[in-house]
Amino acid sequence: MIEFFPDQPDLARVDVSGVRRVINVGLLSDEPPVPGDWVLIHVGFALSKIDEEEAASALAFLEGIGQAYEDELTALAESRIE
Amino acid sequence: MRFVDEFRDSEKARALAAKIAGLCEPGRQYKLMEVCGGHTHTIYKHGLEDYLPEQITLVHGPGCPVCVIPMGRVDDAMALAAEPDVIMTSFGDMMRVPGSNGSFFDAKARGTDIRMVYSPLDSLKIARQNPDKRVVFMAIGFETTAPSTAMTMLRAAAEGLKNFSIFCNHVTIVPAIKAILDSPDLRLDGFIGPGHVSTVIGCRPYEFIAADYGKPVVVAGFEPLDILQSIYLLMLQLSAGRSVVENQYSRVVPWDGNVVALRAIGQTMELRPYFEWRGLGFISHSALKVNADFAAFDAELLFDVPGVRVADPKACQCGEVLKGVLKPWECKVFGTACTPETPIGTCMVSPEGACAAYYNYGRLTRTRVTEASRT
Amino acid sequence: MTAGWIDRALSEHEQQTAAGRSGSPQPLPGTVREELVLERIDRVRRARPRVREDRITMSHGAGGKATQSLIEAIFLDAFRNPLLEPLEDAARLEIGGARVALTTDSYVVSPLFFPGGNIGDLAVNGTVNDLAMAGAVPHYLSAGFILEEGFPVEHLNTITASMREAALVADVQIVTGDTKVVERGKADGCYINTAGVGLVEPDVNIGVANARPGDAILVSGPIGDHGVTIMLARGELDIEADLESDTAPLNGLVAALLAGTPGVRALRDATRGGVATILNEIARAADAGVVVSEDAIPVRDVVRGAAELLGIDPMYVACEGRMVVVVDGSEAGAALAALRAHPAGAQAAVIGHVVAEPAGIVQLKTAFGGTRIVDLLVGDPLPRIC
Repeated sequence: MIEFFPDQPDLARVDVSGVRRVINVGLLSDEPPVPGDWVLIHVGFALSKIDEEEAASALAFLEGIGQAYEDELTALAESRIE
Repeated sequence: MRFVDEFRDSEKARALAAKIAGLCEPGRQYKLMEVCGGHTHTIYKHGLEDYLPEQITLVHGPGCPVCVIPMGRVDDAMALAAEPDVIMTSFGDMMRVPGSNGSFFDAKARGTDIRMVYSPLDSLKIARQNPDKRVVFMAIGFETTAPSTAMTMLRAAAEGLKNFSIFCNHVTIVPAIKAILDSPDLRLDGFIGPGHVSTVIGCRPYEFIAADYGKPVVVAGFEPLDILQSIYLLMLQLSAGRSVVENQYSRVVPWDGNVVALRAIGQTMELRPYFEWRGLGFISHSALKVNADFAAFDAELLFDVPGVRVADPKACQCGEVLKGVLKPWECKVFGTACTPETPIGTCMVSPEGACAAYYNYGRLTRTRVTEASRT
Repeated sequence: MTAGWIDRALSEHEQQTAAGRSGSPQPLPGTVREELVLERIDRVRRARPRVREDRITMSHGAGGKATQSLIEAIFLDAFRNPLLEPLEDAARLEIGGARVALTTDSYVVSPLFFPGGNIGDLAVNGTVNDLAMAGAVPHYLSAGFILEEGFPVEHLNTITASMREAALVADVQIVTGDTKVVERGKADGCYINTAGVGLVEPDVNIGVANARPGDAILVSGPIGDHGVTIMLARGELDIEADLESDTAPLNGLVAALLAGTPGVRALRDATRGGVATILNEIARAADAGVVVSEDAIPVRDVVRGAAELLGIDPMYVACEGRMVVVVDGSEAGAALAALRAHPAGAQAAVIGHVVAEPAGIVQLKTAFGGTRIVDLLVGDPLPRIC
């Protein structure tokens, strides 16, 4: 999300990798997004805000899996040496 | 891109794949249905099935809103478009869906005014710019897209637009899932739950699948790691003998859904008593129509829509592919009479359809794939 | 498709399955069944092309399967001769002992003016490039204009000024032309056709049919810039991005490449249909397979972002100043260095190679680690919803 239009409360400008687009944020009127928020866009409307905490915990889970896998691989490699 | 690239990491994928394989009971086959067309697309686009053990089969369900529209409704839309002062507006992948006499593309070639749009709001703009024409928006999609159509009608009403209407073909996902669960010829172990539909309806509507039918459900995101993680969570449930609804896509999907969106739908639309789904027959309370308060925007009331029911061609096995009973290549006409150039059934024409995805993306057998990628 | 198309498609299917195998191949165990269907698909693909529609649709102009069918079933069929058959970007002719390359292209882009250039730039660069792809040194162009009644003369001046500039940069001369005016409502402002003629050096022999297993495939820079620029410039979408067309003449780059690398087999500029279409043309003409890596294909972030927003795949999006190079595997390094040394090829990359099997098929190793097929689209890429 980058900016809002004061005279058109339903509209906002978003940026994805340098591509800027005007979308309708009317579906988020109960909890309006603020500049800096990330949203899910579908056919010109913002459907949902992306929850950074949830994203972080999903990533942490994946990191954990990745790390456990790495550890297993290392253990496997080390055990082969014998 | 943030929130996207992190979920496309191939090392984490290998880790997840190892865990998934580890959870498979020797000798047991697992069938997991992914309902959402967007998931089918991601699976094929990234070659996800290469990461799964032989024991797990992914089955493609009826999650393609373009695929399930019966030919009769396409014919109805073409009849609307053919009215002399009508500008028909439609999303891209609807343009090639064949009715009895060709598709929107073909009608366009014959001179009919049909325009592709990226958003229902674009149709409003066209209506404002062409006051002497009547603009019809071909509204398709599941609950993901219905709120946008609803908001568009609300805006049209607020602006007092007199030349805009929608031809409503929105369908709802839960009755279709229930129809599949009730069909005797299917054995499924779990569901990869729809991602974007769930941002609107939340996760509660799927609880009956876990509670009454004993099948685990994991609502999944659209990046490849999201899907792999969801399969992992399903396998965890299956190996523990649990069946509940879990939300892997929690960064986007709120458990209660989007109340504003549901309100907008409620203000402008209502459930039809029944609706025909291509390949699945008539399903009750499975589709939306414009309600009485917004009748001024209902193309079915403003125009004479033929409403002729056209049976699926006998050779078409779209229904069985949609139900997950047949894999695309098991359909008798796959690749010969039915190809992306001449799609008999809409499973082939929409890029989200199981057959098109398979034809375009996944045509090789796994052995040929591993051989080629070794070079 | 017209009324009754389903019955026609089905009766063809009946004929094929009756003529080919005995009955429909089912039920059989999983993998054997798949093989039979793949063979069936191959047979259908290799069958004689036919145009089933009775009217031209936009798909016929998109550069994908529909265009291919149209060209082969109608034009090649009507004009058939050995010089036309290769269906390369330019015809290679022998006239009085000289090896001549001849090409033509028509430009109907809308909007006429867009970030990075206008229809005039495309008209010169496009034809120069078709000659360069034949390994020819471009010399002379013709330019035919079809102008719409009411078209502002000022616009025509801008376009011709661009053409003059482009011709200077490409070192070609526009030596003949034609002008027609049509009534208001036809010609979208201005259509241009350019034809070009060039000379091929005696030892140069380039064509997609030359590609063979072991060859490396390179691309001269980031893909998709032009097509996405045009889609955004159409203005209907309320999307802005800092992006411009990549239109450019490639003859200088080609000369630099050929000077340093004797093993160049084929060159193709990736216009409508994008890189994916070129890779399929290579696979088809050489009757070989193509394997490319998604990771290796350069795409600007902004193009990727816009493509995601629009729901299209950059592999199928047109470029106007990028080429695909097929070169002997052992010379991949030399080719890359030669391309990168030239300003137009600064971001060149090796993206894959030609393999023996499976013939005719283009495979992509995804960034994620899986594999998928990259087939020709029927028409223009359609944006996905849901």
